[in-house]
Amino acid sequence: MEISFSVNGEPRTLQAYAIERLLDVLREQLHLTGTKEGCGEGECGACSVFINGKIVNSCLVPIAQVEGAEIKTIEGVATDNQLHAVQQSFIDCGGAQCGICTPGMVLAAVDLLGRNPNPTDAEIRTGLAGNLCRCTGYMKIFESVVRACQK
Amino acid sequence: MSTNTNHHPIGKSVPRKEGRKKVTGAALYVDDISFPEMIYGVTVRSSVPRARISNISFEGDIPWNEFTIVTAKDIPGENYVALILNDQPYLAGQVVNHAEEAIVLLAHPNKYLLEEARRNVRIEYEELPPIFNLEDSLNKKEIIWGEDNVFKSFLVDKGNVDEAWASADLIVEGEYETGAQEQLYIENNGVIAIANEREGVTVWGSMQCPYYVHKALIKLFALPEDKVRVIQTETGGGFGGKEEYPSMIAGHAALLSLKSGKPVKIVYDRAEDMVATTKRHPSRTRHKTAVSKDGKLLAMDIEFIIDGGAYCTLSPVVLSRGTIHAGGPYFCPHVRIRSSAVATNIPPHGAFRGFGAPQSIFALERQLDKVAAAIGLTPDEFRRRNFIQQGQTTATSQVIREKVDMHQLLDRAFQLTGYHEKRQRFAVENAQTNIKKGIGFASFMHGAGFTGSGEVYLASVVGAEATSEGRVRILAASTEIGQGTNTIFAQIASEALGVDSDLIEVAQPDTSEVPNSGPTVASRTCMVVGKLVESAVLALKQTLIGSTLLKEDYGQSEFQAACRSYLEKFGSLKTFSTYQAPPNIHWNDEKYQGDAYGAYAWAVYVAEVSVDSLTYEAHVDDFVAVQEIGRVINPVLATGQIEGGVAQGIGFTLFEKVVWQNGRMANNQMTNYIIPTPADIPPIRVHFEENPYAYGPGGAKGIGELPMDGPAPAILNAIENATGVSFNQVPLMPEAIMQKQ
Repeated sequence: MEISFSVNGEPRTLQAYAIERLLDVLREQLHLTGTKEGCGEGECGACSVFINGKIVNSCLVPIAQVEGAEIKTIEGVATDNQLHAVQQSFIDCGGAQCGICTPGMVLAAVDLLGRNPNPTDAEIRTGLAGNLCRCTGYMKIFESVVRACQK
Repeated sequence: MSTNTNHHPIGKSVPRKEGRKKVTGAALYVDDISFPEMIYGVTVRSSVPRARISNISFEGDIPWNEFTIVTAKDIPGENYVALILNDQPYLAGQVVNHAEEAIVLLAHPNKYLLEEARRNVRIEYEELPPIFNLEDSLNKKEIIWGEDNVFKSFLVDKGNVDEAWASADLIVEGEYETGAQEQLYIENNGVIAIANEREGVTVWGSMQCPYYVHKALIKLFALPEDKVRVIQTETGGGFGGKEEYPSMIAGHAALLSLKSGKPVKIVYDRAEDMVATTKRHPSRTRHKTAVSKDGKLLAMDIEFIIDGGAYCTLSPVVLSRGTIHAGGPYFCPHVRIRSSAVATNIPPHGAFRGFGAPQSIFALERQLDKVAAAIGLTPDEFRRRNFIQQGQTTATSQVIREKVDMHQLLDRAFQLTGYHEKRQRFAVENAQTNIKKGIGFASFMHGAGFTGSGEVYLASVVGAEATSEGRVRILAASTEIGQGTNTIFAQIASEALGVDSDLIEVAQPDTSEVPNSGPTVASRTCMVVGKLVESAVLALKQTLIGSTLLKEDYGQSEFQAACRSYLEKFGSLKTFSTYQAPPNIHWNDEKYQGDAYGAYAWAVYVAEVSVDSLTYEAHVDDFVAVQEIGRVINPVLATGQIEGGVAQGIGFTLFEKVVWQNGRMANNQMTNYIIPTPADIPPIRVHFEENPYAYGPGGAKGIGELPMDGPAPAILNAIENATGVSFNQVPLMPEAIMQKQ
């Protein structure tokens, strides 16, 4: 089928199977490889993107669902080469180690702070609970979010 | 030399060198990379645990003529993954020895058709009787490997254990078990291979050890060294799970590429990665401890058995490390450790952070709490009476020559946690509540680098190269897998040269460009390879000074100008440094005696838990990790290593259970193999002590694996404190807690 939507502010029209995963369309047709596959079953959050401002696991979204939608990926988080406060904080606080969970984790943090600009520690933990990290033990991810709030 | 603090970065939290790429999604992992005309590969695997293969047929409505099909018959060289015993085939020929063993490889441009084709390869088997646990293997219920199912055994024999029992006031026995654990790096295994007769084999992939893959592909393809090239791509976690396994997947992709004439990408999905690749070795440890009534260890008789799965892979080395660490940071005059790695018909187990030590240390630290209770001493008082001191000998009769102060680490850990106050308070409060609280600790050590003469055998080499822009490139095979290799190498080089760490580049590990600095394992990258980085750049500096292009007392701009002038004059400037063993390391491989490791990190970890006596859930509420690690090169990175390792240790203890069904992991999904999420992890508080190690860069020891050793015993000691019930197996799930109440 033909489908039209916008990604990071740019309109796109392309051909895809109706149930092709949004994750695969982004990575393979649009060459936006920042969004990652960690599990393919909506558990790890590495494939997180925004659809119309709402954070979702793109491995569970059939492309047909995004007709006319606005999608934002990790590539759209920094603006004009200026890092988002969350991204800069991840660098400053050591929130990324191997980096594979980082795009999804950054999006989850951006989503959290967009809804709740001053979350408590408990709210940070719940807000990020849909994203798994195996390297950091999460401590420096929490610190990164707290640091981003202070900016 | 300049005293600008930019040039003294050791001890500072210099930001991660590749941090910006990672937070913007620009870092390229293997599945982000494509080549023109690239096709995809998949692996057809055994559905039975042990059998003779009687037939392979290609069925269904599949256009088989479009597919590249590879079996064992297509292998140009040797059909084994070169490692230690060379018993593991790349592709099963006549027999399979575990479920999910690779039998047929398929490649095709269409990923979806490829997956359908995989399901239509029909393999017929004559099944043979399998064994699935180490008891059956030890008892030789079936002989499934070699003559007696035993990959390797060790005997450590210090003093005379058998004579010591007579003088004991008390003898305490115990048995402890640990289960398999999946590394669960968030990036699955993946490679891209280009192989042809003319150029040889090139492989890109997610890996920890490019030169292990190189060594394996040479044998698989019967090619000379310079016809095989292995390149590490940005790697999304390893933890040992990408130490030896990448040789297998790289060989598979290269075989498909050779036959198809196209680049081939193989990337596993999560279910395949979990079911088919290596995991932590399950273990069973039996302790018999003789102790005097005033709490001195008189003798330890330890039996340590690990389940290696169907092929040998790295089991002898895992066994070695577990054996050597089985006696802990204590002095005991008589110690016997008998250990074996045995075969079962399950997918081979392999390297996972800690590498045998978490298994044997779990057993020891549970046993010592048990012994303390039997004598009527507190766990900490009992440890204090036995902590090893400078000048005393370990279980392998290694004299500890450095200053070691376990008492001080214990004091610090107790101070940070309020241990004694909490122990008293919980004892009173638990009577009035359903949520029972407890606090417990583990004291342990972890040796860095390869055992004994292993580092001499590796003979690691690191290079340093000046560029025409006046920068310095570090040439090493050590991989960045999240632990911070790139950043600390830059810091070490920067400090040695007196230039900004921004001037230092770390070359991408590519076997055609970098020398073999050994594998990225064994907590050796900072301590051993980092030291070689230091000496390689010092040699480069000396070359510049010796050429008179650089004065002894130089600033950064003079250094850069000298590099440029040197290159203009002589073409290139590259120096190399080769590993030299520190003096006085003597290790006897036959008797398993002597100086096992050049340096140990020492630690005390404390866990505070709650156990819900209605739901049987155990929860870690607070965790403190205190360790002496020589010197902290980068506080944020070092703390990150401890925090991450503790989280994996908590997973190992309370969350991560591998469920086996007919020799196969049944819960091979993230839905039902659970690792800690942000909502599950307690505050983890990390404290470092320093005691510079003379042969580490800046005085640093290794720390990557240390944090894996402490959590399991600390948590189970705490749970016993909370409930009064002794649990001796990990993972400890609520169902197991319920059964003992």
